[in-house]
Amino acid sequence: MVSPAVILLFLWMIVPLGMTLYFSFLRYNLLMPGMETWAGFDNYYYFVNQPAFWSALTNTLLLVGGVLCITTVGGIALALLLDQPFKGQGIVRVMVIAPFFVMPTVSALVWKNMFMNPVNGMFAHIAKALGMQPYDFLSQAPLASIILIVAWSWLPFATLILLTALQSLDREQMEAAEMDGASWFNRFIHLVLPHLTRSITVVILIQTIFLLSVFAEILVTTNGGPGTASTNLPFLVYAQSLLNYDVGGGSAGGIIAVILANIVAIFLMRMIGRNLES
Amino acid sequence: MARKTSPTRQAVVTIAAWTIGFLIFFPILWIIILSFKSEGDAIRTPLQVLMSDWTLQSYHDVQERSNYARHFWNSVIISLGSTALALVIAIPAAWSMAFVPGRRTKDLLMWMLSTKMMPAVGVLVPLYLLFRDFRLLDTHIGLIGVLTMVNLPIVIWMLYTYFKEIPGEILEAARVDGASLRHEIIHVLTPMAIPGIASTLLLNIILAWNEAFWTLQLTTSKAAPLTQFIASYSSPEGLFYAKLSAASTMAIAPILILGWFSQKQLVRGLTFGAVK
Repeated sequence: MVSPAVILLFLWMIVPLGMTLYFSFLRYNLLMPGMETWAGFDNYYYFVNQPAFWSALTNTLLLVGGVLCITTVGGIALALLLDQPFKGQGIVRVMVIAPFFVMPTVSALVWKNMFMNPVNGMFAHIAKALGMQPYDFLSQAPLASIILIVAWSWLPFATLILLTALQSLDREQMEAAEMDGASWFNRFIHLVLPHLTRSITVVILIQTIFLLSVFAEILVTTNGGPGTASTNLPFLVYAQSLLNYDVGGGSAGGIIAVILANIVAIFLMRMIGRNLES
Repeated sequence: MARKTSPTRQAVVTIAAWTIGFLIFFPILWIIILSFKSEGDAIRTPLQVLMSDWTLQSYHDVQERSNYARHFWNSVIISLGSTALALVIAIPAAWSMAFVPGRRTKDLLMWMLSTKMMPAVGVLVPLYLLFRDFRLLDTHIGLIGVLTMVNLPIVIWMLYTYFKEIPGEILEAARVDGASLRHEIIHVLTPMAIPGIASTLLLNIILAWNEAFWTLQLTTSKAAPLTQFIASYSSPEGLFYAKLSAASTMAIAPILILGWFSQKQLVRGLTFGAVK
């Protein structure tokens, strides 16, 4: 009974991927149908040697790394805070989780227009009220702004998972340590953090899967610009194949993206595999 | 749990948690507020916005000008359709892996997870061309198919972790009592499996509703769900704050409500059962 699912997933993976691989060796432009010729590794050569590729690669890694840092550190801090008993815990929890359910196009547009817009945005109003010059976030610091937007969407996810994990922490052990005079910092390093390791691994793994292919946020805020300042690998592939109609080049980029993701994946799968064993 | 906390500490925690919670939620609160303001008031300073009159005009305009209802239905059809299809494929698979595990079951599960790691752009070009050639661009069927496959690994994993928790002994007990296979499935297994299936359903609807790579690439107008509809506000219409807010509020409200109900299942589902 497993076979239908396995066959479908296998086809879903292998057919398009095989086609991408095949296209990546062709000189194939959508504007000139029927003119496909064998190109060998030319597409790869040109894709890798355009300046946009290296900036896209750096941007992809910065985006993934930046969001991971903010959400993991912020998530641990928030989870520790929300784990304390206080009035209205349920309501605060609901408020913190909410951004995760906002679709990417909405969160990107809301941040872009209502907050980061240099004329009417909230930040501009605040800056003006304080007598400062409004800052044009998306053209001055496009990548950092996108990292902020994406981190806002993913912080709830990290918080929720780490909070769930914290709640299974052995309270008696914590209290015993406290009575023995262990400082807050020592309790955190020696009891809380080891307990959270598995969940932190999971948070990093899952987020990486989704963050490697951030697309909508870039499309509706900066369109990859100015120049290629906020173009990541998925966006570059999209631009090359569907905006410039260069199917060959775009496919080569797609294969490179797959290879990159696999390097990350092997590393992460080993981590999660080990964690799932225990 | 009897932790002694001093009143000051309690107050600090309460204030900190409420402040941070409010700040994180604020962007959502703000679009809800803006959606009830007139276009002219929405671009004023925050204080003036709060003082201005409330109106339903934007909601009316959004429906009038861009047929919001159609995109809403597209979202409903696509997310429910892909979820149903994924469940039909995944239930038997997860079921047999949970109850009749073979030597390869673990590898199979890891392999399924790995298909999720393949970045969508890697298959963007061929899928786009296939869709074009089979006239699937901008159709419900095409998008349902793609989203089913995109979420299938998560659905299988999630169901697997739920089914795994159903004790096998209960089946033997039923068998000893002389229950037939049909009876066993209908009266013993189904009731125990339903909560797991329901959580999976909920989570998958949320994921499908918010999916914003394939929905943006493969639809333009006819079958375009809300993600694409909102993206059409990116410029220059995005400068109409009140209308953008009204459209956004309507786009996220159903999922926000569903999501709040499914917090617990969400953790489990999205971590492939690793965190419960």
